[in-house]
Amino acid sequence: MDLEKVERFRDEIRLKTLQELHHLGFGHYGGSLSIIETLAVLYGDVMQVNPTDPMWEDRDYFILSKGHGGPGLYAALAVKGYFPEEMLYTLNQNGTKLPSHPDKNLTPGVDMTTGSLGQGISAAVGVALSHKLSERKNKTFCIVGDGELNEGQCWEAFQFAAHHKLHNLFVFVDDNKKQLDGLTKDIIDPIDFAAKMDAFGFYTCKVDGSDVGDIHQAILQGMNQKEKPVAIILDTIKGQGVRYLEELADNHHIRPNESDTAAIEQAIHELETKLKQEVGG
Amino acid sequence: MISTVYEKEKREMRQVYAETILELAKANPEVIALEADLMSAITTNKIKAEIPNQLINSGIMEANMMGVAAGLSLTGKIPYVHTFGQFATRRTFDQLFVSGGYAKTNIKILGSDAGITAEHNGGTHMTFEDIGLMRLVPQAHVYEASDSTMLGYLLRRIEKEHGIHYIRTIRKNAVKLYEENETFEDGKGKLLRDGCDVTIIATGIMVAEALQAADILERQGIHAAVIDMYSIKPIDAELITEYAQKTKAIVTAENHNVIGGLGSAVSEVLAENHPVPMYRIGVREQFGQVGKVDYLKTYYKLTNTDIVEAVQRLIEK
Ligand SMILES: Cc1ncc(C[n+]2csc(CCOP(=O)(O)OP(=O)(O)O)c2C)c(N)n1
Ligand SMILES: [Mg+2]
Repeated sequence: MDLEKVERFRDEIRLKTLQELHHLGFGHYGGSLSIIETLAVLYGDVMQVNPTDPMWEDRDYFILSKGHGGPGLYAALAVKGYFPEEMLYTLNQNGTKLPSHPDKNLTPGVDMTTGSLGQGISAAVGVALSHKLSERKNKTFCIVGDGELNEGQCWEAFQFAAHHKLHNLFVFVDDNKKQLDGLTKDIIDPIDFAAKMDAFGFYTCKVDGSDVGDIHQAILQGMNQKEKPVAIILDTIKGQGVRYLEELADNHHIRPNESDTAAIEQAIHELETKLKQEVGG
Repeated sequence: MISTVYEKEKREMRQVYAETILELAKANPEVIALEADLMSAITTNKIKAEIPNQLINSGIMEANMMGVAAGLSLTGKIPYVHTFGQFATRRTFDQLFVSGGYAKTNIKILGSDAGITAEHNGGTHMTFEDIGLMRLVPQAHVYEASDSTMLGYLLRRIEKEHGIHYIRTIRKNAVKLYEENETFEDGKGKLLRDGCDVTIIATGIMVAEALQAADILERQGIHAAVIDMYSIKPIDAELITEYAQKTKAIVTAENHNVIGGLGSAVSEVLAENHPVPMYRIGVREQFGQVGKVDYLKTYYKLTNTDIVEAVQRLIEK
């Protein structure tokens, strides 16, 4: 993996995510920001995709099961070239092609409609099973939220995936420690995701979800075995990459007040400057 | 009914829910409110500290929550369950049908963000089916609250009644329709305005649209009666039949699919008792989408203009 390239891609996705949500004036900042590194590794290196032919048969599939992270995914797709970056500013507008939650019938590059938590992972399992049955090489990547894993459906999907030895399925658990109403440990304590996924029959590893190198390494390791579906537990922070938002207690869905807005604009400015300097240097 | 000025209330519907739950829980230790990680959306997070053991966030597990509610009721607890309408019904339908309706347990369900008021949450979160699904549960009581007085009253009233009760509501500010001392019986509609040419039967946010439509029609010399049919099941067959006889045409208006909801319920009564020309204003063969309420109202043809035009077409016939 070209680390510099993927890190730059990561910064571009984060910048576009912030600009997109800032333009709209509200949205799911926390959960969009915590998946940016993973999106950067997937779309910047690992996944075989073709932005000019989103439905390419041999592509790898990506399903954002925690659909409310849509704005992060849209930024990744735009930077990758699936659609013009200006389209990001239509997020959630009347008649938009970029609704809060991904819609496969509206947005180029979106493989599955999600937003009702727990459903995307089952669809991802179905895609992986299909490719396995047809002896195709396509891989399926799916991000689930730590809160989303409250849903029993996720655990049904995991049992099914392990039973069918879907080694072509990569599940990322965005362990950002928070769900909508607060800390996961106060609502439904996850206790230990890695131990659970291991017990459910997954090839499991836990990585620093803010480190693109570590995420990449974990994916490669998962690809080196052909027995089990892969679970990568991402140790992340809700609002990741923007210190102010990371520290904001209530950062699931934000309608920024004045000081939030100032911090978001500052973060946008810093990322823009950083990206410009890199081009210059 | 208060007046013909259609003003938004100061008190949000979610505030009514949180405050009423607090009141009921304090007065009765058997009342237990269950949430599915949407407490901050309905503002029950603000009352949590006061009733820590009677307000439980069951996490994002709606189906399990419904089953737990059924279990709680087996031992005499009175569970009030809240989540967005689509999760409360579509997502948990077999659980609420079997562990709830069929087992004859006692569950009070609040489904919030009715229809287009889900706004920017879009198609996955926008329910036009919840009333239809709930009507299919034998003996379930199905209501759509149209203002804060009604919501508070219904929440209090059903505490004492055994069975499955579903109340659909918006989360934010409704249009003020009722005086504080108004009462809302099971199986009754409210005649808000009398008329002799046509009857508009509406629920929820469409009641205010119906009243506005009636104002417009009045200026055209058409006298429209308006009924708030908040109790969709059981439904006030007597009132519907009376107004079918009196006004000879009926338009229903709902922020819901025309199949299964208010329009279906009213047409079933008419077909069996006193058929008259009718038209159902509502969502036809479509899913939800993101957008502002005004945009969605126009898109799905849920405006007072749509009601007026439907009335004109019926009367010309
Ligand atoms: C079935 C379902 N129930 C409830 C919701 C409302 N909801 C949206 S996001 C969310 C919290 C999700 O938490 P988590 O999966 O941890 O996401 P993240 O922290 O990454 O934002 C909830 C309850 C939903 N979208 N789907
Ligand atoms: Mg989370």
